[in-house]
Amino acid sequence: MQIVVDLTRCQGYAQCVFHAPEVFELHGEEGLLYATAVPDDQVERVREAVAACPVQAILLGKEVSGGAR
Amino acid sequence: MPGDLKDGRIVIVGASLAGLRAAEALREEGFKGSLTVVGDEPHPPYDRPPLSKQVLLGQATAETTGLPMRRDPDAEWRLGVRATGVDPLVKQVLLDDGESLPYDRLLITTGTRARPWPNQDEGALDGVFTLRTREDGAGLAERLAAGPERVLVIGGGFTGSEIASACRELGLAVTVAERGPAPLVGALGGTLAKLAAAMQRNHGVDLRTGVTVTALHGNGSFTGADLSDGSRVDADVCVVALGAIRNVEWLADSGLASGPRGIACDAGCRAFDMYGIVTDDVFAAGDVSRFPHPLFGYQMLSLEHWGNAVEQAAVAAHNMVSPGPLRRPHLAIPTFWSTQFGLNIKSVGVPTYSDHVVIAQGSLEARRLAMVYGYQGRVTAAVTVDMAKSLDYYRHLIETAAPFPPPPGAADRAIAADIPLPSDVPDPSVLSHGPTVALTGYLPDRRLTAVQPMR
Repeated sequence: MQIVVDLTRCQGYAQCVFHAPEVFELHGEEGLLYATAVPDDQVERVREAVAACPVQAILLGKEVSGGAR
Repeated sequence: MPGDLKDGRIVIVGASLAGLRAAEALREEGFKGSLTVVGDEPHPPYDRPPLSKQVLLGQATAETTGLPMRRDPDAEWRLGVRATGVDPLVKQVLLDDGESLPYDRLLITTGTRARPWPNQDEGALDGVFTLRTREDGAGLAERLAAGPERVLVIGGGFTGSEIASACRELGLAVTVAERGPAPLVGALGGTLAKLAAAMQRNHGVDLRTGVTVTALHGNGSFTGADLSDGSRVDADVCVVALGAIRNVEWLADSGLASGPRGIACDAGCRAFDMYGIVTDDVFAAGDVSRFPHPLFGYQMLSLEHWGNAVEQAAVAAHNMVSPGPLRRPHLAIPTFWSTQFGLNIKSVGVPTYSDHVVIAQGSLEARRLAMVYGYQGRVTAAVTVDMAKSLDYYRHLIETAAPFPPPPGAADRAIAADIPLPSDVPDPSVLSHGPTVALTGYLPDRRLTAVQPMR
């Protein structure tokens, strides 16, 4: 699974860091960095983070599968 | 049936963030016809912001930045194929494999590419990079991981500054050469750029301002560069971060209003033709477009912002499948962010559309502040440093054209907010990199067209 965080919305509440510290990390006081590809054993934690984000900035989903035809 | 906007053939040229989000939105809006997405890169849509941050820091690999889908857009993906033209009369997109794709409505989301080093031989030296694509990110990350002696970054815009930040975090020596008086000056103006300069120097960046790089040296591999002040920088990696070029060349014979500043379109994302007449079947969204915004004097805005690509794609998709009265404008307030040197920089509005600034909250010394920008007595932008939660408030002031300096209650230091300083926005033509927000028209008192002189 992949994630992307809409950092336009993100306000540094760091709920995601609390729920899935192996995936989300603060860079300084409120800058967010995250692992773009979520390891299988972290997916549940990321789901919690998605639900907990006060500004709903995290999108978890499958990558586009369509390759060149 | 003909005339049914929810049916027919839609082609999207450009398979990055805006193209993907538009494809998803078309299906969400009930489009049930055929959808084809053409992309010249071989990869499905991927996210670029991590390439100058996590990927360089070794926290993610470039191959893993694929964008998640909100829903399957049920599109035919034509990846690794370049579109070479549009024939608007017979309504076909021409591809470089010789095929042509008929369309009823076309969406152009071809974005931008990195501006290459102007001297092709010098730019081809091993160790010289630009940073835009997945391959760029992977290649540069690998070189940084190998521990070069010194990295030279040419251009102190957001990309260049983020690369310098990553280098310092990796413990690498880095020199930044910026033609303007300070890093980020093109986007934030001279006053806030002073903080950016201090931030870089405090983190050990060898920052050279007011200089250009005149030559890259090397014998097969990059070894160093000459600067316009007569000095020389010895380095084994060079990153050319001189802004972006809009991918419009393929539209030269299309009759559309496309040029170096992008494809001119109306607020509903409909492209203009070269006579300034709006088309009703060709749309543009994302970095490649420019559109009029009433809050900024109806000037055409060209934005290289992640959020703009997302929002404009949604509006374009809606308007492609909606009849006239139900169409809506893309008039979102521009917003962007950058994470560098441990600081979170966020912007709302258009900082370059300003004549004065005040520090409304925090201070330069505290490295935590909200700077409010005004133009002729009203609030037009705000930039926060480690104060993201304030941003929504300032967005509201911009949307309501609140008076500048901001009213009581907007500042935690009444005196500071009473003393506006010049925002010191430079003429974009003297910057070494393209600003990420360009007003592509005129201001009454200053010319702010983004002239890109040949170096």
